[in-house]
Amino acid sequence: MEPLRPVPPGLRLALGLGFFALFIGLWALATEGGFVQPLFLASPGQTLRSGWSLLTEFGFLGDIAVTVGRVLGGFAIAALIGVPLGLLMGAFKPVEAFFEPFISFARYLPASAFIPLLILWAGVGEAQKLSVIVIGSVFQIVIMVSVIAGGTRPDLVEAATTLGARRGGILRRVIVPAAAPGIAEALRLVLGWAWTYVIVAELIGATSGIGHMIMDSQRLLDTGQMIFGIVTIGVIGLVTDFLFKAANRALFPWAAL
Amino acid sequence: MDATNPRLAVEAVTRTFPARGRAGPTLALQPTTLSVAPGEFVAILGPSGCGKSTLLRIVAGLDRPTAGSVTLAGRPVTGPGPERGMVFQSYTLFPWLTVEQNIRFGPRERGLPEAAQREIAARLIARVGLRGFEGHWPRQLSGGMQQRTALARALANDPAILLLDEPFGALDHQTRELMQELLLEVWAADAAGARKTVLFVTHDIDEAVFLASRVLVMSARPGRVKADLPVPLPYPRDWTVKTTSAFGALKARLMGEIREEVRRAAATEA
Repeated sequence: MEPLRPVPPGLRLALGLGFFALFIGLWALATEGGFVQPLFLASPGQTLRSGWSLLTEFGFLGDIAVTVGRVLGGFAIAALIGVPLGLLMGAFKPVEAFFEPFISFARYLPASAFIPLLILWAGVGEAQKLSVIVIGSVFQIVIMVSVIAGGTRPDLVEAATTLGARRGGILRRVIVPAAAPGIAEALRLVLGWAWTYVIVAELIGATSGIGHMIMDSQRLLDTGQMIFGIVTIGVIGLVTDFLFKAANRALFPWAAL
Repeated sequence: MDATNPRLAVEAVTRTFPARGRAGPTLALQPTTLSVAPGEFVAILGPSGCGKSTLLRIVAGLDRPTAGSVTLAGRPVTGPGPERGMVFQSYTLFPWLTVEQNIRFGPRERGLPEAAQREIAARLIARVGLRGFEGHWPRQLSGGMQQRTALARALANDPAILLLDEPFGALDHQTRELMQELLLEVWAADAAGARKTVLFVTHDIDEAVFLASRVLVMSARPGRVKADLPVPLPYPRDWTVKTTSAFGALKARLMGEIREEVRRAAATEA
């Protein structure tokens, strides 16, 4: 091992899978070997069996669909508000001066702490679930996008002005395209956090969704189902992350060269 | 003032940078007056930090003079505009646009029809020798090719004046000489009466003498124009002009002027 020396792709994959194998192996050893009681931790095999029955008997696919829908819905609303506002803040310093102090404060408000209030305001329906995700995501998006847009190379803006671009042209044809790959990357990160908020929202006052299933399983002390629910979220997260990365590469070929 | 005279007039332009921290305000440019006739190729030569780029940026409208005024064809310069094309020392092509799209940026911004944009881009791509690279991203180009694209991009607006801020400063020596010849070729492609006015900032004496019809030597900071010399070498020029005695004599003279300034600059910094 040399510092900063790249690893060949085959070895990289083998090492990455290796840790998964090690992790599952230790898990199996702890449970099947009798070191941990099944009441507290189901074995990998038991988790898979629970998962199978969840999918085939208890309509878990429906819960997954509901949760994915909530995440994407809340995330889309947050992005539709956050990206334009962040771009304006990054591009125009008075706009930034107006919003930035409040948003810096607001983004430290824990989204989960709003749940009781939101239940009071919006009940336990979809509006409440979406609100939790929006509150958790929108301020992060605004701050990250405004930093990215504000970091546009000033010499590119100057070049555009000497080519005849005015305020609108600079925003649309320099700042937006320059910031686009960074914004896509920021959205990818925030989407990951949105998953945390949706589960928290579903743990309280929900009648469907992955979080609700996990809560139900706790009442039955079914650790296999709980773990399967958690792993499902991880897998979906990994898949969306992969899709996001692939989309970014396809959308911004100039940035990846 | 006569609005039909496309002369560039710099009148008593001064630039002071405001105080920063414990350092007092810096006088970058002493009152500078300058008149450039249409079609002149003027090199602004000076040691680094002498305010030559500041002067160029003020003409471009990217910086405002503390006092004085700049007029082009009688109209005061209040900000950047497409009639003053600029090529920067740093690579400023838009990385998300191809070579062809970069060149079309100005015409598109001015609302020209797409067919006209394409026609302009195709003509300039041919002129700067980038045929076959229309669809490349800037990142795929060498430094010299990027600056050729930047030159074409500035020319796409058909500016009255071309402002070049050490455009070849980041290139290796050989590429740089080729680029100088290319620039002269592009500039001299227009008939003698229709050539663009050029302001070319450089600290390279050879470059200044080879390209320009007139060389302005700037003093060390705070900058002022300390010499204004015509270059009596006929166009078209190619590299062989660098071996002539007239070239050598002018170069020797300029070296004397510049050395004095570099020494003064070194003394004030010490």
